[in-house]
Amino acid sequence: MDALQQIINGLTLGSLYALIAIGYTMVYGILRLINFAHGDVLMVGCYIAWFGATMFGLPWWAALMGSMALTALLGVLIDQGAYRPLRKAPRISALITAIGVSFLLENLGLVVFGGRPKAFERPEIFNQLLQWGDLRVLSLSLWVPVITALILAGLLFIIHRTRLGMAMRALSRDLVTVQLMGIDTNRVVAATFALGSALAAAGGIFWAMKYPQINPLMGVLPGLKAFVAAVLGGIGNVTGALLGGLLLGMCEILLVAWLPELAGYRDALAFVLLIGILIFRPSGIMGEELPE
Amino acid sequence: MSRLSRWFDPGPLPAQSESRGRDSGLTVLGCLGAAALLWLIEAQGGGYVVHMTTLAGLFAVLAISYNLINGVTGQFSLEPNAFVACGAYVTALLTLSPAEKEMTFILEPLVWPFAVISLSLPVALVIAGLVTTLMAFVMGFPVFRVRGDYLAIVTLGFGEVIRVVANNAQSVTNGPLGLKGIPHLTNIWWAWGLAAVTLFVVMRLVNSSYGRALKAIREDEAAAEAMGINAFWHKMLAFTVSAFFEGVAGGLLGHLITTISPSLFTFFLTFNLLIIIVVGGLGSTTGAVLAAVLFTFGGEWLRVVEEPISFLGLDIPGIPGMRMVVFSLILMAFMIFARQGILGKHEFSWRWLLGLVRRRGGRA
Repeated sequence: MDALQQIINGLTLGSLYALIAIGYTMVYGILRLINFAHGDVLMVGCYIAWFGATMFGLPWWAALMGSMALTALLGVLIDQGAYRPLRKAPRISALITAIGVSFLLENLGLVVFGGRPKAFERPEIFNQLLQWGDLRVLSLSLWVPVITALILAGLLFIIHRTRLGMAMRALSRDLVTVQLMGIDTNRVVAATFALGSALAAAGGIFWAMKYPQINPLMGVLPGLKAFVAAVLGGIGNVTGALLGGLLLGMCEILLVAWLPELAGYRDALAFVLLIGILIFRPSGIMGEELPE
Repeated sequence: MSRLSRWFDPGPLPAQSESRGRDSGLTVLGCLGAAALLWLIEAQGGGYVVHMTTLAGLFAVLAISYNLINGVTGQFSLEPNAFVACGAYVTALLTLSPAEKEMTFILEPLVWPFAVISLSLPVALVIAGLVTTLMAFVMGFPVFRVRGDYLAIVTLGFGEVIRVVANNAQSVTNGPLGLKGIPHLTNIWWAWGLAAVTLFVVMRLVNSSYGRALKAIREDEAAAEAMGINAFWHKMLAFTVSAFFEGVAGGLLGHLITTISPSLFTFFLTFNLLIIIVVGGLGSTTGAVLAAVLFTFGGEWLRVVEEPISFLGLDIPGIPGMRMVVFSLILMAFMIFARQGILGKHEFSWRWLLGLVRRRGGRA
């Protein structure tokens, strides 16, 4: 029973990492840019949903949808404002700018929203405690993997069955040639940022429901760990991001469950895994080759 | 070239050999002038100004070392907070008296040998520097197997791991409570003395054949290897040298602010250093010093934006935290509009200064 409990916990946490990791992996696949600000975009998404739910009294699904739409817009704005001028610059310049955007969002968040954490209410449907024998599970923990699977199916459909998805896949192979073929690469990149940011908002909102509070720095750690998950799975590969996320989530939960005396080192585990994978299999689980 | 670095471009310079004697003389004069200025600040400036000047010196050391690996060698890494933390903890553990340690470590006793020894500051600093160097050496093996942004994320990961360890290794670091009552031994002379030593050592390194190899690795690693440069060991050299000085500077930082805890050594510290070396010009050692001073005092001056202002009868309330927003915008603006920073990859030299004076003076 205990093992089943841990597996469900790991699955939930892993699904959340996966949702966030997909945004990293899509942007990296196309631009070869670690979008450092991804975790902070997630934070903004949570605040939008929080305002929607508490100030405007929206039902949770409307707040979620609205937040995903606005966060997608934010992602596009960040790309156009901060990354687009640097498309032809050395890659490190874009990376430094991304770090700048990340700190900008965090500190604007502190200025605008205040540093005190805000309680994030769990909607009724996710707040039920289900019990079978010894097993006690919050309904949220079961819903999160289901919703993640649905979102991922939709995303895979977009990537493999639509023209936009085809353009994205082409772009990740060779940006210059795709441009020469007459595809408006800027629109495709913008669409990638929009999709990735919307997923980050969704991941963030469920994250916020899990630990029911939000604060302006909440995105930092999930963001970093989700990046590790993306590398674990093979960066640039959406299915890989899912696997990497689940693997990381499971490892974290099992570390805490089996070696409780090491629970404090939980946040370091992701990076130890990262170093291990980069040494032994730099392309990740599903990746083809390491770009650089 | 951005407009900013064009302004600082003196045009064609006279050959270096013509002016070596003059340059050494000017350097000695410059050092004396700087020492006189520091003496004046210490004697006349209030405690606050002295504190900020000392801090600026430490930031200069950190920026010079960070720039050695990031700017000169071109290995974009994000770990200085780990090295500074290591140096600060080791030095503090070595200098605190056993009685004080017993009082601080209330949850779990401090491990041997730290619990019984108490050393003087210079010895402790050297040991801290060496321990940090050793840490960098061990780190270097996995870290330099990867390049580009993977390197950035792995080193960032190391920084996080060190912070998590500092938070959890209760019997060495006292966990989240940190170390208190560290003697206030760092003064303006320690900080700027270390800055001078760091500047001297790093400049000598950069201008040696090793330095040329480092720059070759930055420009094109494959070509550098083809020329017979062992990229791995050269990167390791830059990394360990930078770690040594960051460790020592960390030790002095601990003895300046007298209280250290893991929350002091987050990625935020690295972010500040990153702004400094970007503004100074990635790859410019003297630019790093200039930007460190600008950053420390500019940051204080920027406190204006956090205080309430009365403008044309309008009362604008102060916004706490606004400073960091401005810093982030400065970093982004430099990257987008003036990627070269103030000095680009150039170095301050007397030839350059005299050439600039001549050109600017001739125009006026």
